[in-house]
Amino acid sequence: MKRDAREGLLISPIRNGTVIDHITGGEALNVLKIIGITGTTTESISVATNVKSGKIGRKDIVKIENRELRKDEVDRIALIAPKASINIIRDYEVYEKKGVEIPSLLTGVVRCPNPGCISNTNEPIQSKFEVLPKGLHCLYCDWMITRDITGHLI
Amino acid sequence: MNHIISIRDLERPEIDTLLDQAARIDSRHYQAEALKGKILALLFFEPSTRTRMSFEAAMARLGGTSIGVDSVEASSMAKGETLADTIRVVSGYADTIVLRHPKEGAARLAGEFSTVPVINAGDGAGQHPSQTLLDLYTIRQSMPLEEISVGLLGDLRYGRTAHSLAYALSLYGATLHTISPKGLELPASIVNELRAGGTRITEHSDISRAICELDVLYVTRIQRERFPDSSSYFQVASSYRVTPELLSGGKDRLIVLHPLPRLDEIDPRVDNLPYARYFEQSRNGVPVRMAMLLRVML
Repeated sequence: MKRDAREGLLISPIRNGTVIDHITGGEALNVLKIIGITGTTTESISVATNVKSGKIGRKDIVKIENRELRKDEVDRIALIAPKASINIIRDYEVYEKKGVEIPSLLTGVVRCPNPGCISNTNEPIQSKFEVLPKGLHCLYCDWMITRDITGHLI
Repeated sequence: MNHIISIRDLERPEIDTLLDQAARIDSRHYQAEALKGKILALLFFEPSTRTRMSFEAAMARLGGTSIGVDSVEASSMAKGETLADTIRVVSGYADTIVLRHPKEGAARLAGEFSTVPVINAGDGAGQHPSQTLLDLYTIRQSMPLEEISVGLLGDLRYGRTAHSLAYALSLYGATLHTISPKGLELPASIVNELRAGGTRITEHSDISRAICELDVLYVTRIQRERFPDSSSYFQVASSYRVTPELLSGGKDRLIVLHPLPRLDEIDPRVDNLPYARYFEQSRNGVPVRMAMLLRVML
């Protein structure tokens, strides 16, 4: 609790919601993008970037009020912030704390870089990528994304 | 659902079963009315002669009926209908859909929306499994598929038939020799994946040096549009031309395949030599596609 109070100098504690901690430094806005939070959504968000961290050097923190992220939502974050931890907050207390796991299938998260892929048309489908050790594999056209995953986020 | 979308979806025993069935069909051991009363929808949104006609011939030989569209202009896609909707509609008319489409992954999408089996007849630069099966079938008519040495010649970067064949041959322990113009080499991702699976691949810059090692020479078309001007195309095309003189340095059992249409890649004088199997290969499209139709419709 003491530590939370110190961080409050940067961003205030939240009563209910989700705190995503230990995000790779500089990736906070991409994390918000992945979980679908944009300037037009209604959640109250606090973001701190490049905060000193004993664990990962520089980290980002995101606090989302009045929304508890589901496991499938937070697991997408693992793509760009594998060390992130998720804290579900209820009445200022950490109700649940968990890490992120890279999911085996990503639906509607990443755009296929292949301009000839059917997923880049007006068809009523979402992109589908299976997560492999060497990268992301498009399940429609077999294209592999091996670098700059954030550059392909939808 | 019993779709055939990519050769990579098929395990080796499934490929062997299809090839065995094609061989039985070739020796007239099949029921001529096996698909009587069944309807095959041919949705070809890109030009095709051999693939389309051989699917129609295959369906006719099994007693079934074919319906279809030949072009985007002649279909409701011209009105802006999505492929997903077209597939949902057509799967209400037919017992199987054969699809050719310019976009990669189109057949995979069709499989998601169809209530009947979908056979991929080529999706852009992607997959064309019936071509790969008939390539394998043609090789198997001359020699066992195991542990053979296969040369892939021509445009190996964009040539989808060469990619699919390379994957399929890797299941049989083939050694691959690639011979292609600069800039049209087999993509590194494919080379790495095949090598990681244990396939031996040797790259050659000169076909005449590789020819003596080959059991099969698989020639693909070098497309003019890949070159900035005609003279650079002709310069490259002539250095990759298969001639009787070149083949005289090959093994006795060497066979030459080409998915056709060919342009200048193979000298017409090769046509009458025992090496030439490309017209037989094209003819094999019928029994192989009959085996595929029987697999998905019975």
